[in-house]
Amino acid sequence: MSALLQATLLQLIQLLIVLLLAPFLTGQVRWVKARMLGRRGPPLLQPYRDLAKLLRKEAVVADNASWIYRSAPYVIFALLWLAAALVPIFSTRLPMSPAADLIALVGLLGSARFLLALAGMDIGTSFGGIGSSREMMIASLAEPAMLMVIFTVALFIHSTSIPSIAEFVLGNAVGIRVSFALALISLTMVAIAETARIPVDNPATHLELTMVHEAMVLEYSGRHLALIEAASMMQLLFYVSLISGIFVPWGLAGPNATPPLLLLGIASYFAKLVVAGVLLALFETSIAKMRVFRVSEFLGVSLLLGLLATVFLYVSHSL
Amino acid sequence: MRTGFEFDIAHTISTSVLLLSFALLYQRRMVGVLHAFTVQALLVGAAAAWQAYIQDAPHLYITALIAWVFKATIIPLALHSIIRRLGIHRTVEPVVGINLTLLAGVALVILSILLVFPVAHASTALTRENLALALSIVLLGLLMMITRRNAVSQVIGFMSLENGLVLAAVGVKGMPLVVEMSVAFSVLVAFIVFGMFLFRIRERFDTLDLQYLETFRGDHQGERR
Repeated sequence: MSALLQATLLQLIQLLIVLLLAPFLTGQVRWVKARMLGRRGPPLLQPYRDLAKLLRKEAVVADNASWIYRSAPYVIFALLWLAAALVPIFSTRLPMSPAADLIALVGLLGSARFLLALAGMDIGTSFGGIGSSREMMIASLAEPAMLMVIFTVALFIHSTSIPSIAEFVLGNAVGIRVSFALALISLTMVAIAETARIPVDNPATHLELTMVHEAMVLEYSGRHLALIEAASMMQLLFYVSLISGIFVPWGLAGPNATPPLLLLGIASYFAKLVVAGVLLALFETSIAKMRVFRVSEFLGVSLLLGLLATVFLYVSHSL
Repeated sequence: MRTGFEFDIAHTISTSVLLLSFALLYQRRMVGVLHAFTVQALLVGAAAAWQAYIQDAPHLYITALIAWVFKATIIPLALHSIIRRLGIHRTVEPVVGINLTLLAGVALVILSILLVFPVAHASTALTRENLALALSIVLLGLLMMITRRNAVSQVIGFMSLENGLVLAAVGVKGMPLVVEMSVAFSVLVAFIVFGMFLFRIRERFDTLDLQYLETFRGDHQGERR
């Protein structure tokens, strides 16, 4: 009984951690980017302040908005929060771990994206329509690549559950696996496309020709906008947790972890977040945004890398 | 004997070379292509140096040095100056269907793996993998020469093909140094000849797009221009 209680407590801690750290990650990426561009940059707490301000403000809703438009922010935020809470970030044994299946996570993300696209089209403005159609184009290219990565990992480890993948990587001397490296690059490219970062989309722009994500949420205001913003911050955090959980799980606490080990897990997760944020900022400042029509090439490369990863898996297996 | 770690490093370097072959196919800008080629040459040198270390074969260090000095320094610098003098350093190449080219590239990689594995069954795992990767790099170099219309990109395709050959050579034990030296120098000579040709083509046709040569030769009459 007490074990169950403890596990539930850990799960609650994880829910809180992802909620608290998601704006921090976004703020950190913005700050590092600003520094690299020679600006002073907003303080790290700025995203929290933005969200708090938006939550206090009145939500203006268009006259012809349906219930989909009103309910979408809540559902999207809930779906992404759930997804981020499922990925093991500091302990592999949580009560919801059995649900932390890669394909289930893809499903959660897909539902959130579907709702967001619907909400973008709901009001009937042209920007929302453009944003939704582009988002769907990107998604239709990104999802096969992501599934290819999942297949590669699943073929190697014989499981699609993230805790068992992490435990496998932790427990065995996997060494430097070429297919894992390829899968890592492929998944990173998918993550960049899905979280609407440069070069696929620019999170800081409102230029109508290039925006994708921002075009969909253009009509939202007040608490709705706060939830949507928080959801996209959560999505960034989710991808960082996913990539670190599969490819660099070191620091994760095992099944019967003591409190010091759990604290170590949390500390290492925080360190991974910081490193990932700096790397993302570095990548974003060093590359230009590509045209929307080149996104298919970018994600095509991601899919091909996933394919190559599978091929090399067979090469290594047949040795 | 070779440990798993040494094998992993060799494997990783070779795969990075292969990835850069894909990067060559993906790039559209001349300067981007050149940068990708430079990194590839650096990695080929690293692969040779690593093989020299794990095979305990000092002469492979010379191969690494040749790769670093000639292919990662002199040839890219010369190509940079050529494309700048020809005024094509900002050119975006009109390649049709990058996705299709990359797909063909993956097909070639699978083909070369299927080809090498039955043939080199008796040899060690490291040699076999290296051969498969090297053959794919050679084929990707060929693919680049076929799918690009610009003469400079075709030259780079040829050079990356040669990188694949070097990778195959260093993976096999007992490759004499003389052969490598002569290959390296013949590539250098080929490069000089290519350079002269580029200027001659440019002088005569005002372009480096080799499709115009076909019109000149008499193929596709009336199709273009």
